[in-house]
Amino acid sequence: MMAQSAAEAPREDVQTHSAVIRVTHWLNAIALLIMIGSGWRIYNWEPILPFHFPVAITLGGEESLSEAVHNEDGLAGALQWHFAGMWLLVINFVVYLVYGFASGHFRRDFLPLGPRAVLADFLAALRLRLAHRLGRYNAVQKAAYVGVLSAMLLTVLSGLSIWKPTQFHELTWLFGGFDNARIVHFLCMSAIVLFILVHLALVILVPKTLVAMIVGKTSSPAPVQAHSSPPGAE
Amino acid sequence: MREPETPSPAKIAAPPRQHLQRTALVAQVERRLFLRQSLSLGALAMLGGCDITDQDAVQSVLNAISRWNDRMQALLFNPRRLAPSYPESMVVRDFRYNSYYAYLGDEKIPHIDGASYKLELGGLIADKRPWSLERLYGLPQFSQVTRHVCVEGWSMIGKWSGPTLSSFLERVGADLTAGYVGFLCADGYYSSLDMASALHPQTILAFKFADATLPPRYGFPMKVRVPTKLGFKNPKHIMAIFVTNRFPGGFWEDRGYNWFAGT
Repeated sequence: MMAQSAAEAPREDVQTHSAVIRVTHWLNAIALLIMIGSGWRIYNWEPILPFHFPVAITLGGEESLSEAVHNEDGLAGALQWHFAGMWLLVINFVVYLVYGFASGHFRRDFLPLGPRAVLADFLAALRLRLAHRLGRYNAVQKAAYVGVLSAMLLTVLSGLSIWKPTQFHELTWLFGGFDNARIVHFLCMSAIVLFILVHLALVILVPKTLVAMIVGKTSSPAPVQAHSSPPGAE
Repeated sequence: MREPETPSPAKIAAPPRQHLQRTALVAQVERRLFLRQSLSLGALAMLGGCDITDQDAVQSVLNAISRWNDRMQALLFNPRRLAPSYPESMVVRDFRYNSYYAYLGDEKIPHIDGASYKLELGGLIADKRPWSLERLYGLPQFSQVTRHVCVEGWSMIGKWSGPTLSSFLERVGADLTAGYVGFLCADGYYSSLDMASALHPQTILAFKFADATLPPRYGFPMKVRVPTKLGFKNPKHIMAIFVTNRFPGGFWEDRGYNWFAGT
């Protein structure tokens, strides 16, 4: 990636995200889009709750085409996407976790994290008294990031136990068996989707965070004018 | 599906597998499958001229990754690892019925005459004499209470009984170093296993479900029960078994489902 210019003192740029964080963030965005989109179509074949996801927002190719070309109504494509996307998701996630621990990013930016601080910042946020400082997370943000990373880890593990209930049957047992593992997988997906919705809403409220996640730095203290495409498309 | 390149007529008209000495049924069913596959390839070729070239490119990548996943799963497969067993009290008696023609209703379920039934053998097998049910029932029988996991996401615990496929393959002098064991069914369904999964101790030729002879809807007279595979790799109404080194595919596998489909 580009050389970091944060060291250049005269500039007022603040380094917000390292190249590794930015690349893994966007690869993760693509991977989650694939996994959630195809996962919704797979879910539709055997729903856990009394509802289906509209086919138009699922991934797996056009159903009528599947029907015409190989007499199959759209599950095969979704499964192919899901089991292709998992490689991107998992490899990218492992790179991110190793980097996060090794570079001190997790320790520096996610810790300390206590319930009291989370509650205080949450209440401040509700009263709109919580400042968004780029490069430094408040306690609610820390909790949200640690929470969504835990949900991703659980999604991967419950996914493995659904995919391989024989080869990894101890893991499947830990999740309470095959059918429960599906429910855990679904709940973790729901948590991730909830996170993404809040995440995108906040990006719309504070657009310079989008710029920061693309170029890795932001001018301080003047806020960056964001004219980039709306993040809502994600 | 298995050939991502645009199929040419020459490829479609590839010579039939020569090493496979086929019995009349095997030959007949294979001809039928062959015809159907060329038809679907033809349909694909025609559609290829339209506006789905991008979709074709994406599809070939997805197919390539699915084959890569076949290899990864073969590496992950531990031939000594058993699928979990459950107490008999957990067996579901009213087991869910499923087939590729479920939407047509039950009238398509084959009703096979057990007295005249002969299991035909083909390919890399030394003794290809057909087997009657009586003879098959004479093999040492084993029972298992295992979970049937469907690719659609549902699962059910059932009890199946019959001889192991490995003992049968040894008995008929099959080439156990070959790559695949294929199955042809009375209803036009077909599937195949990698040799390692075929020789797994829990892979059985099932004649019974829940201690009773398989009813037609569960695959009379014989179903291949493979608890280390997803349900669609547990074919019913087996009419012929063949051993081959040429990738045999399967009904759903040729329509995009992952071929290895290990659990």
